[in-house]
Amino acid sequence: MSVEAANFRPAISACPACIAAPSAEDMAARALPKEARIALSVPGAHCGACISTLERGLAQVPGVTDARVNLTLKRALISAAPHVTADSLIAAARGLGYEAYELDAGTLMATQQDKAGRDLLMRLAVAGFASMNVMLLSVSVWSGAEGATRDLFHWISAAIAFPTIAFSGQPFFANALKAWQTKRLNMDVPIVMAILLALATSLSETIQSGHHAYFDAALTLVFFLLAGRYLDYRTRAIARSAAQELAALEVPRAVRVTDGAEATVSVSELRVGDMILVRPGGRMPVDGEIVAGTSEIDRSLLTGESRPVFAAPGQMVSAGEVNLTGPLTLRASAVGQDTSLHRIADLVAIAESGRSRYTSLADMAARLYAPMVHIFAAVAFAGWYYATGDARLSLNIASAVLIITCPCALALAVPAVTTAASGRLFKRGLLIKDATALERLAQVDTVVFDKTGTLTAGVPEVGDLTHLGTRDLSLALALSRASAHPLSMALRQALTARGVTPAAVTDIHEVPGYGTEGTWAGRRVRLGRAQWVGADATAATAAWLSVAGEPPVEITFTDRLRPGAAEAVTALKASGRTVILMSGDSTGAVAAMADRLGITQWLAEALPGDKAARIAALQAQGKRVLMVGDGLNDTAALAAAHVSISPASALDAARVASDIVLLGTDLSPIAEAIHTAEMATRRIKQNFMLAKMYNLVAVPLAVAGLCSPLIAALAMSSSSIIVSLNALRLR
Amino acid sequence: MSVLGYLIPISLVLGTAGLLFFVFTVRTNQYDDPEGDARRILNKDYDDRPKP
Repeated sequence: MSVEAANFRPAISACPACIAAPSAEDMAARALPKEARIALSVPGAHCGACISTLERGLAQVPGVTDARVNLTLKRALISAAPHVTADSLIAAARGLGYEAYELDAGTLMATQQDKAGRDLLMRLAVAGFASMNVMLLSVSVWSGAEGATRDLFHWISAAIAFPTIAFSGQPFFANALKAWQTKRLNMDVPIVMAILLALATSLSETIQSGHHAYFDAALTLVFFLLAGRYLDYRTRAIARSAAQELAALEVPRAVRVTDGAEATVSVSELRVGDMILVRPGGRMPVDGEIVAGTSEIDRSLLTGESRPVFAAPGQMVSAGEVNLTGPLTLRASAVGQDTSLHRIADLVAIAESGRSRYTSLADMAARLYAPMVHIFAAVAFAGWYYATGDARLSLNIASAVLIITCPCALALAVPAVTTAASGRLFKRGLLIKDATALERLAQVDTVVFDKTGTLTAGVPEVGDLTHLGTRDLSLALALSRASAHPLSMALRQALTARGVTPAAVTDIHEVPGYGTEGTWAGRRVRLGRAQWVGADATAATAAWLSVAGEPPVEITFTDRLRPGAAEAVTALKASGRTVILMSGDSTGAVAAMADRLGITQWLAEALPGDKAARIAALQAQGKRVLMVGDGLNDTAALAAAHVSISPASALDAARVASDIVLLGTDLSPIAEAIHTAEMATRRIKQNFMLAKMYNLVAVPLAVAGLCSPLIAALAMSSSSIIVSLNALRLR
Repeated sequence: MSVLGYLIPISLVLGTAGLLFFVFTVRTNQYDDPEGDARRILNKDYDDRPKP
């Protein structure tokens, strides 16, 4: 809209602000609804006290009318006056001691009105209601109702069962039809056969006033199967919606400069040749050439380099890099899909197509199971017909076999466990995006970590300061206070914590891209890049302090470890897994980090392709690799690995490529996640064993014709309940 | 056995009432935050009067 507004106005204007002002108003009116609904992800919320603290604290932010915390989804929904921004709320949450991230409210609204989930739940409820009522009538029949009473009960059961199954069974009918059309056998084909055959034989028995009707069995079958399907759906839907909301974390806006007037526009509106202003702390929205300003840029997300790079006019920058000190004006050379950011993201697609299709345990079971069921039922029918010549009896027995073998327990075996395990991991701050991620995670024997942004928080920490005298320390503090550069901020924090008092430096000013400069006791003092103060750069990340007439002093920095990084590495090594560090950073920095964490295998200065190739080589040796990474340079590796994890702070391309997203900053849940995944896989296998044992007992009974509707109902319900309880042990 | 004439309709009506009630709870988003609701009940904030 701002584009149109600019077009309709005369191009030559005496006051550039006159162009910008109305369109800025337009923007504001468009971007802000009457009342802002803001959604925050709060991964740290876990208890009743968290609810009260957060709700009360957020409600105190001026303009907030209502704040409600959803503990299940670890989310806070806030209604507020239009002027309230998410940033102020995030700051408020931080003040209360909770990490918070903004979620895209638009995506959120879409997932809240989750039609498919409600639909399944409705069908489940109707099936539950009907099966309970029919069971009530069936119990009377089993306890001895005779003659006309039994017939009446059967007729009422039929009247309930037919419409219920017509409504509740639709998901199975649809899937079976699809499988039939593509000539493939899935789990739903035997299910539908069992349901339909049970209904048909029960109806004909009722008409002929027979003894046995399986209406209750058909209904409980539908109920348990729907329960399994609903659990499965819920786990996936929650993961999917949360992943989508995370993908919307970065609100893509850029400042475009037209004839000296600045306008905030959506990144998608940028064109090649546009002039774009990137303020300190902002991320480059496009690839381009610097036309004005000097600064330093942080390229860690793209390359893994932890050291800021000097930037001056004429230099090319890539989308995704972060501007650190001075404002930069770029001329866009590539926008949107053509940026280097997107080109690296394309690597992911290639790597993903190479990932061998993983067959889940459930698929393997279904593939074996479905034909078996049909064979059993057919054999039972043929055998009985051959022996007795009674088609009605044979058909009854065949339908009993189908009902008994119907994969109730099997349908619950996997979803019940994954629901319990994902719930447990979600509480620890891990979001499972892929349905088979848990199974794959359990097989991992090698863990590859990225360094910058993954093991480290991406925040520098001051190294050794013992070679600096008191005078130098106070000078450094005075100069560092004038800059918002990450190194300055780290230095300021460290010195303030030591109780250093700043020296009386006057005339302090920042020279973007170089450092800060001032006058102290008539002498020029500088804090900044090596070349600027007249020193030779060394391999380490460093700032130099110089006092005119004296040799410059080096202040080194190391990357601060992410909380839990050391614990995670130790726990993984203790569990007998190989830990490898792969980074695009310089050899010195990587070696230091590996040494600090006790990692013996490491790879430095790795290009994105190198990482993926190295992982592919490891997998070719039969290793199962877990890749943990956040940068764009990691995405290909994340996609190539057997299973992958990325932190929530990662670029969205990395989050999309990974199977699991770590919601908090703490890395320690990773080791626990592998343990939980192993337990979950063990439970799934146990559940399969239970289902198999149940079939071993029940199928011979059914084939022998000894399986009355009572036995069928008991066997089916008890096996399903046992399997669910076994899964619940995981919580 | 004439008592069945009352009991069966009654059981069906009660069951349907339960089902309709469940449908109502689903429609009014009462299953959105089971975890939080379980904890909220222990919270003393609204013991005296409901949320304004």
